[in-house]
Amino acid sequence: MQITGSELFVKALKKEKVDTLFAYPGGQVIDLFNALYGQKEMEVILPRHEQGLVHAADGYARSTGKVGVCLVTSGPGATNLVTGIATANYDSVPLVCFTGQVPTGLIGNDAFQEVDIVGITRSICKYAVTVRRREDLGMIIKKAFYIAKTGKPGVVLVDLPKDIQKALGSDSYPDKIDIRGYKPNTSVHNGQMKKAIGILNKAQRPVFLIGGGVNIAHANQEMLELAELTNVPVITTIMGKGVIPTTHKLYVGNIGIHGSFAANSAISECDVLFSIGTRFNDRITGKAGTFANNATIIHVDVDPASISRTIDVDIPIVSDAKKAIFALLEKATTLNTDEWLKKIENWKKQYPVEMKSQYMTPQNIILAINQIFKKAVITTDVGQNQLWATQFLELNEHKQMLTSGGLGTMGYGFPAAIGAKLGNPQKDVIVISGDGGIQMNIQELATAIVYELPIIICILNNGYLGNVRQWQELFFDKRYSSTCMRYRKCCDTTCNSPNKECPEYTPDFIKLAQSFGAKGIRVTKTNDIIPALQKAKENRKSPTIIEFIIEREANVMPIVPPGNALNDMILESEETAK
Amino acid sequence: MKKRWISLYVENDIGVLARISGLFSGKSYNLNSLTVGTTEDETISRMTISLTSDDKTFEQVKKQLNRSIEVIKVIDFTDVAVHRKEIMFIKVKNCTFQDMTELFRMAQIFNLKVIDYNKTTALMESINTEKINNDFVRLFANAFSNRIEIVRGGSVGIEAIN
Ligand SMILES: Cc1ncc(C[n+]2csc(CCOP(=O)(O)OP(=O)(O)O)c2C)c(N)n1
Ligand SMILES: [Mg+2]
Repeated sequence: MQITGSELFVKALKKEKVDTLFAYPGGQVIDLFNALYGQKEMEVILPRHEQGLVHAADGYARSTGKVGVCLVTSGPGATNLVTGIATANYDSVPLVCFTGQVPTGLIGNDAFQEVDIVGITRSICKYAVTVRRREDLGMIIKKAFYIAKTGKPGVVLVDLPKDIQKALGSDSYPDKIDIRGYKPNTSVHNGQMKKAIGILNKAQRPVFLIGGGVNIAHANQEMLELAELTNVPVITTIMGKGVIPTTHKLYVGNIGIHGSFAANSAISECDVLFSIGTRFNDRITGKAGTFANNATIIHVDVDPASISRTIDVDIPIVSDAKKAIFALLEKATTLNTDEWLKKIENWKKQYPVEMKSQYMTPQNIILAINQIFKKAVITTDVGQNQLWATQFLELNEHKQMLTSGGLGTMGYGFPAAIGAKLGNPQKDVIVISGDGGIQMNIQELATAIVYELPIIICILNNGYLGNVRQWQELFFDKRYSSTCMRYRKCCDTTCNSPNKECPEYTPDFIKLAQSFGAKGIRVTKTNDIIPALQKAKENRKSPTIIEFIIEREANVMPIVPPGNALNDMILESEETAK
Repeated sequence: MKKRWISLYVENDIGVLARISGLFSGKSYNLNSLTVGTTEDETISRMTISLTSDDKTFEQVKKQLNRSIEVIKVIDFTDVAVHRKEIMFIKVKNCTFQDMTELFRMAQIFNLKVIDYNKTTALMESINTEKINNDFVRLFANAFSNRIEIVRGGSVGIEAIN
């Protein structure tokens, strides 16, 4: 049977079992939207901005394990996706993004709303392609889904010219696809694995360093078994957090420039570093040449290009995390790590990650979130709010955290929560955001309202772009250049501290919430945290904004100053040290 | 730092060259030359790439190339027996009669083919290794300074049989 490209598009999505489509219409995709009209298998979600749209698809994908699917128009619709594509791809999130395009005959003519989106996104996605012939359409969509979700997952962009959408052609959609240049690795190298296990079994001070790869491979249960079998302590990157329950006795904490003293010290002193699914990003290694200097390093990753790039590795193993952990479970033995665990425990006690203050702290807020929500997806924005979340959030098999780790995209948290709620209606979905970042996609409140998504948005309002302000305080002599969110024209441009006369914050987040039809609660005291969260939890029909007025100059501690080794940290703020 | 050679099989599709060259610029790899043409299978193109890098970066280059969906095969040509040639045109302008005589003499000695000329200008073709072509550039630039025009094609390579 002959059908249009648009009809084949809809058929293909159904075959790929897409149940939620994040889509924003426009001239060059009007045929596709026409084909979607009235169908019942997919829910079509209309966010308020394409950036919000792609982050929502990302949050949906991260929280469900399915591919997130986007459809936007050409030109501005497509360019609005760029930040979200880079965000998702950097964190290995499977997305397929369809963009409308001017008809093939007009490409290159600077036609209305024509941009070379394939060219623009080439370096920030796994694969990008323009469909140039109607007969290739089915094959390309099949390929897009396959590439997005296999190997190291990532973003695939499919650019669909308008004439291809209209053209009649075959209705067949392939079941299988073979791509000669793309053969994701599916086996574990036995020899390498044997060597690695041999080294692990002889270790005195071993650690597992776990990155996002293990969460992506959904190997949390297996990882927990492996840790318990071997008695080896587990340290995570921000992206790996939650791989074993954060309350587990073998869990040490996060590594990195805002890692815990215990975790960073354990990395610096371990004799075997068994890492799985991390690319040793500069945020976690500290000063080059000082990272895990005493250790034999074993590195498992699906992506060969991630191995031996920033850190020289002794035993590289190219493998999917889950397969590698299975192989380890077969051969690994129980080690006597009592002494080592005791030492780590002492570090933890000596320098716990905690905030001391007479005021309401982010730690108070996050601990209350831990207490109240038992089955939840928690998204974070970027900045201090994110770092506090990664320090204090309790995660386990029922509680997942979504955060933009690789790109660090402000404005990610709230729209990602929309996707997460759509994918997990039975779970509580909580956003931890800053007052700056929340404003980057605040328009999505309307989306949450119209789809009746009772998301709980916790704004940690310090009136600053706090993360940058902290750096200015610590390393730039308190020159608060463009970081105060309460600045007004009447302010002194060299102001370097908050005071009683600071102008009022704008917007008023409570009124803002109300204007959208959401609930708004302002919290200023520790005692009011739990009642506010409970009230928000009871609101089942609409989102709730809780604005927490926190200390303006609270810092994220500890911190590894730039250029220092990992265990050479500033442990507490001057204020609290006094 | 060392000069390296890669032979690359890629899909013969629009945008593949941009993807490969974009990889080099985006990741600050030091690309020396890149040639591309179709193969006996017209859906496949083959590139010959030369770059200068240390061992670690070169490993990354190969891995990053391999990672591209459009790349079918990456072959390291650095330390294997290959035949490698580059085409180069040398045009010499504003020649006197004497210059012309000298030029033809040089062409004869160095085995360069004169493929076109008139009273004041001559065009030669050199199919040699990149290194020999470098020597010719220097030689002719010295002999006819500011009067030469050079076009180089970049090296292409193929595995030796013996
Ligand atoms: C889109 C984007 N722009 C700029 C930055 C740089 N940046 C990182 S954290 C931060 C401050 C965030 O302020 P806020 O949202 O109030 O969070 P806080 O750090 O105060 O918790 C900025 C500007 C970024 N990460 N993303
Ligand atoms: Mg802030």
